[in-house]
Amino acid sequence: MLPSQGRCVMAESHSISIAIVGSGGAGALTTGNFLLEAACAAGWQGLITRTVGPQIRGGEAAALVRLATQPVECMPDRFDLLIGIDWLNAHRFGAEIEVGPNSLVISDPRGGDIPPVVAAGGARLVEIPIKDMAKAIDARPNMVALGIAGRLVGLSTEDFSSVIEKRLSEKGQAAIDSSRAGFEAGFNAAAELNLGARLARPTLTSARRWLVSGNEAAALGAIRGGVRFAAAYPITPATEILEWLSPSLVKMGGALLQAEDELAAINMIIGASFGGTPALTATSGPGLSLMIEALGLATAAEIPIVVIDVMRGGPSTGIPTKSEQADLNIAVYGFHGDAPHLVLAPQSVGDCLFTTQWAAYLAEALQVPAIVLSDQFVGQARVAIERPADVAFLGQRARATDIAGVYQRYALAAGGVSPMAIPGTRGGQYTADGLTHTERGIPTSGASDHQAQLDKRRDKLDRFNYGDHWATIEGSGELAVITWGSLTGTVREAIERATQDDVTVRLVAPRLLAPVQPERLAAALDGAKRMLVVEQSHGAQFHRYLRAHYDLPGAVRVLNRPGPLPIRTEEVHRAIMEWRA
Amino acid sequence: MSTVDMRLACKPADYKSDVKPIWCPGCGDYHVLMSFTRAFAELGLPPEEIVVVSGIGCSSRIPAYTNCYGFHGVHGRSLALAAGLKVTRPDLTVVVASGDGDGYSIGGNHFLHACRRNIDMTYVVMDNRVYGMTKGQPSPTTEPDFDTALSPGGTGLRPFHPLVVALASGANFIARCFSGEPNETASILVEAIRHPGFSFVEILSPCVTFRPDEKEWKNLVHPAPVAATGDPAKAARRIMTDDGFNIGILYRGDRRPYQPAVGTTSVDVSELEKDFEL
Repeated sequence: MLPSQGRCVMAESHSISIAIVGSGGAGALTTGNFLLEAACAAGWQGLITRTVGPQIRGGEAAALVRLATQPVECMPDRFDLLIGIDWLNAHRFGAEIEVGPNSLVISDPRGGDIPPVVAAGGARLVEIPIKDMAKAIDARPNMVALGIAGRLVGLSTEDFSSVIEKRLSEKGQAAIDSSRAGFEAGFNAAAELNLGARLARPTLTSARRWLVSGNEAAALGAIRGGVRFAAAYPITPATEILEWLSPSLVKMGGALLQAEDELAAINMIIGASFGGTPALTATSGPGLSLMIEALGLATAAEIPIVVIDVMRGGPSTGIPTKSEQADLNIAVYGFHGDAPHLVLAPQSVGDCLFTTQWAAYLAEALQVPAIVLSDQFVGQARVAIERPADVAFLGQRARATDIAGVYQRYALAAGGVSPMAIPGTRGGQYTADGLTHTERGIPTSGASDHQAQLDKRRDKLDRFNYGDHWATIEGSGELAVITWGSLTGTVREAIERATQDDVTVRLVAPRLLAPVQPERLAAALDGAKRMLVVEQSHGAQFHRYLRAHYDLPGAVRVLNRPGPLPIRTEEVHRAIMEWRA
Repeated sequence: MSTVDMRLACKPADYKSDVKPIWCPGCGDYHVLMSFTRAFAELGLPPEEIVVVSGIGCSSRIPAYTNCYGFHGVHGRSLALAAGLKVTRPDLTVVVASGDGDGYSIGGNHFLHACRRNIDMTYVVMDNRVYGMTKGQPSPTTEPDFDTALSPGGTGLRPFHPLVVALASGANFIARCFSGEPNETASILVEAIRHPGFSFVEILSPCVTFRPDEKEWKNLVHPAPVAATGDPAKAARRIMTDDGFNIGILYRGDRRPYQPAVGTTSVDVSELEKDFEL
């Protein structure tokens, strides 16, 4: 970074990233949210994610904000500005808030020791007595931090005024006044500082924009797809889906039940769906583990349901608050027996809406459970996006209505999907069963019935035309990066960087992970000679999945790592540059 | 529905399917099936508006033997499945069938919360105090000294008392029946189904194969000497102190059933987006 040169015109940057650190309860996340909302209201784009420990109060917390002139879908390689309201416990995630020599670190001298990993980054360090300043004017330190951040990225006081008022209106005028005072104190304290660059003016768009989290987007996608019942057990990091759905389903004439455990939740939605109501649950790894038996039941009894798994670090309790992509194996292979079902993965915060809506549509169309593999990053990140287009995917189940003669619930119909009678339909009475059954649904242990029903359930998935939504396929070139889920945005940004270096790379990211699409993937990789697989899993689950189901042409390299340290654009870019021709 | 159909639907035989039960000859569950069809006929409900939900075990085979809609789900989760069904389809009559293993062991937690939730459904547990389908292991209601291959010399464990647990957890209707008295059982089932909220009916249903001693139950059962109470404290004392063969309705509560209003949409989906607009 250039040193400040009096009043010369400051350089402009198209992306500036800010980390605000404080012990849990210090309000760092509020600071980050206000900063993002103010910037977005003023026309910029951006996202916020968080890194927090398991404690509700007194643990470590950081708001990680990236502001940009164009939409962004991943975090930066390192942070331009790091503000420590205090450094208590920050050493626990120091590696996640990397700073470099061009970064500015602002620290409260009373806030404890700067974590060694931050100090080692070589950033400029400036001390500001944030807490004392706040105390002197009876304000909260996090609002002082907000003022500092706002000034440094180049926003104006007006940009923040309405956000503070809107967000604190319920707390009363005193809270608003105090926050404004704190903000101004911070804003003024940063007057003599600079980041070396300020955010370039945004590209103004007339599009309607949303500020939304992946969890909220997924919940809305479910409702758009026709879901009207949910049952779930609270679990980090999926709970926001449930908290948004609960009042929203009521408005839509549906309901959400808080179940006594995940075993109940999954069975409740199976019951609701059996009764004709499209239904969903949301959970994370431990809950998905408990749901697997009933997912097999829904597969065998051909009951459509949607399960959103917001993946977190595993196995076991793992790291509940941080992201990983290591539930792929259980989602694809966890069921006992041969149990074909759908597995889908959203590729960005906004795509949580589309993918969940599509999952609800596919589940209903194919009478099968769908697992949506979201993760903590996309689930809990809030991002400014253009309002996602309305898509026509609304769950439409083939129903048996006018029934004459003996109803065959599991008739071996062409295409494998047999019309489903809903309770109340005269003449359609049958017993849905997890036992191997005949076409009528009567339990059997006969070899031919078993074979016929296994064929039926496989064929209905395999013969369906999933269209182009099955994957994101972009670019060309002999080097193909294959990734999935939330890493798609990171890989895309790395490829854009490589393109600036005149390296052409193609991106292939399947949104539909099961059933596998060998012919479509082969077409997507036609002419490619080198593969780079990128995934956030210690065991390289995605690479093994690809190897099991697809013929990957040419030579293959894998960039994989477990959570919670995100795979950065820079690392993917480096891997691409090392792997070109 | 035409008048003719209504009359046809009111015979017990119209609620019975043509599927042949897998139960052993002499099993008490045959009589429970008979009680189900008699109760349904007495209620005059169209079979397509009844759903019988079950888990796993001999007793849980019952849905397919009726001519109603049925769900034979996974082990222990029938109450949860039925809750999701009833909440979204309050128009249906939901009867859940279970056994002492399915209901009190693997499904024990759901039993507590179903009582507590008090959704309008009837829970029938056919208790034979043994795991029949896996050939004779002890269940939560098995006597402590009952000798089996899995627990030689007996479990030494105190049997579970389902009726007390149901009362303490909030069940709104509690009764005990004996399968060998299908008419009486049918009458109680009719009352249980009509009673709003969560009704729990324990049916003593002998396993003649692994518990031949239970053939003696027919000589032990006796009608409850007093009428049902609405006072939980009185009911608790009665249930705790009776001999376990006291047959009849033992508790009738008046808690309001849990049923969210479903089916009426107040907004268009696009309204929900307003939460996110910048």
